[in-house]
Amino acid sequence: MSAETVSRSPRETATGPGPSGSGPRRRPRGRTLTRVLPLAPAVVLLAIFLLGPVIWSFYGSFTDAALTGSSAQDPQWVGLDNYLTLFKDPVFPLSLWLTFVFVVASAIVGQNFLGLGIALLMNRASTVVSAVVGTAVVAAWVLPEIVAAFVAYAYFSEDGTLNQVLAAAGMTGPNWLYSFPMLSIILANAWRGTAFSMMVYRAALNDVPVEVTEAAMIDGADGIKRLTWITIPMIKNSIATNLMLITLQTLSVFTLIWVMTAGGPGNESTTLPIMAFQEAFKFGDIGYGTAIATVMLLIGAAFSLVYIRALRPEKV
Amino acid sequence: MTVSTLASSVASPRKATAAILANAVLIVIALCFLLPLAWLVLASLDVKATYQTQIPEQLSLANFAAVFNPELTFLPLWNSLLLSGGAAVVTVLASVLAAYPLSRYTMRFNKPFMYGVLFGTCLPITAIMVPVYSLFVRLNLLDSIPATIFFMAATSLPMAIWMTKNFMDSVPVSLEEAAWVDGASAMNALRRIVVPLMRPGLSVVFIFVFIQAWGNFFVPFVLLLSPSKQPAAVSIYSFFGQYGAIAYGQLAAFSVLYSVPVILLYVLVSRGMGGSFTMSGAIKG
Repeated sequence: MSAETVSRSPRETATGPGPSGSGPRRRPRGRTLTRVLPLAPAVVLLAIFLLGPVIWSFYGSFTDAALTGSSAQDPQWVGLDNYLTLFKDPVFPLSLWLTFVFVVASAIVGQNFLGLGIALLMNRASTVVSAVVGTAVVAAWVLPEIVAAFVAYAYFSEDGTLNQVLAAAGMTGPNWLYSFPMLSIILANAWRGTAFSMMVYRAALNDVPVEVTEAAMIDGADGIKRLTWITIPMIKNSIATNLMLITLQTLSVFTLIWVMTAGGPGNESTTLPIMAFQEAFKFGDIGYGTAIATVMLLIGAAFSLVYIRALRPEKV
Repeated sequence: MTVSTLASSVASPRKATAAILANAVLIVIALCFLLPLAWLVLASLDVKATYQTQIPEQLSLANFAAVFNPELTFLPLWNSLLLSGGAAVVTVLASVLAAYPLSRYTMRFNKPFMYGVLFGTCLPITAIMVPVYSLFVRLNLLDSIPATIFFMAATSLPMAIWMTKNFMDSVPVSLEEAAWVDGASAMNALRRIVVPLMRPGLSVVFIFVFIQAWGNFFVPFVLLLSPSKQPAAVSIYSFFGQYGAIAYGQLAAFSVLYSVPVILLYVLVSRGMGGSFTMSGAIKG
């Protein structure tokens, strides 16, 4: 932005009608420059560390960069080779599918509906119970992700808490992490992330005026009708925002899956972030890992565009 | 939903039944959410801890004593503090400066810039650590704490600029106009008038970034290689790899020590700002 201002000003001065005209014409330009100057630190940081990796991701996906060896020193341009390998790789469609299942089941179904349900129930429950549930749900969310991952690992491990509970009910639980890796990580991510949706929906429900629901109650609408025809439409912006944010958060979940199953057994829980990491750091093919990362970026970008268009925040 | 369909038609008993059912369901949910955490707390106090949740034969702080040394706990926690504190300071400074012109002047590029920022908020940037790694290799920034701080700051900047601008929009401009009349420059007005007025908002942004950076595992895991520079999130993972199979109790104790600071910070923020509204500040456009 500031570059544009700088490059234009000489031309403006040159074509300026004279000393009397160039004065007032130049002053606003100088003012714009001092006005946008405070943006510089943020713009520089974003350009190097956010835009940089994005551009680098596109560029790197066309090279044979490796972790070690000669391709690490001097990566060669290989054109679309990485993408051709990717589309032939049987792990890729599996990984894409597992990522989809993970996002839909743990975020859109799990976190979203559980969060909305808890928020709705809190409006009817006593203050003490609401506070206790709020704390319990938020506790899982506020823990550092690696600790949450260890806790979930312990909970689902063969002699862990879940199987202890099942044993107390007279059932023998399976080795969850090995037999049902996807189910385990889906439940773990729902456990960890529900707090976010709950908080968004609590705030949204607080903004629904009581008069509206009361009027509907007087008109004879029962609970389900009030929910589907009044409450849900009134908080639909929050629902859209929440769905988008948790989708993108869940798309980038790495630590939880890495600690719990490391993508295994085999590739049964290898979502895209795990696949990119393994290709790059386990098999040493940085270029290939970068191509997978680029696919993730494109998916994320597509989702964000849809979201920004749909929401169109007026107050920018 | 089921609550009201099950209830009878008379107004007040119906409400009472609904409340009882809501309470019961919520208590079950709370137990489900707390159950996994029971292991963490009990194992940290149990010398003979395993992956099973069990009441310790005798409560002991031996696990804490075992990990309470510079190499295992203090240095990693210090590194965590350095990374998250650094990232939070850089983020808050950059976003206050950036938010000022965006909030106070109407400029041609305000809208595209804010849309760009919103777009940046959405990018799954932490999922693409592979290109970030190779970019850092190329720029010779690998294993550098300052570079990692700047990277973490940059990834939280879009959200922070968005929040800060919203907070700044709610500070009335009339106070600054008075200062301008008295001859203060824009930066002076920002420092003397706007920043003091939005201190609560800024502390929310600071703590928000700090908690995120403190809990971040993937970024330092990929970008920091020397054990002496790694934060607690990474050292705890190495500890798990090396001793996890034998020292569950110590692992749990270490996890508790590492989690307490962010839990305290979260309590601080939610007490101060009224819980869920912390998030709504960021989300309401």
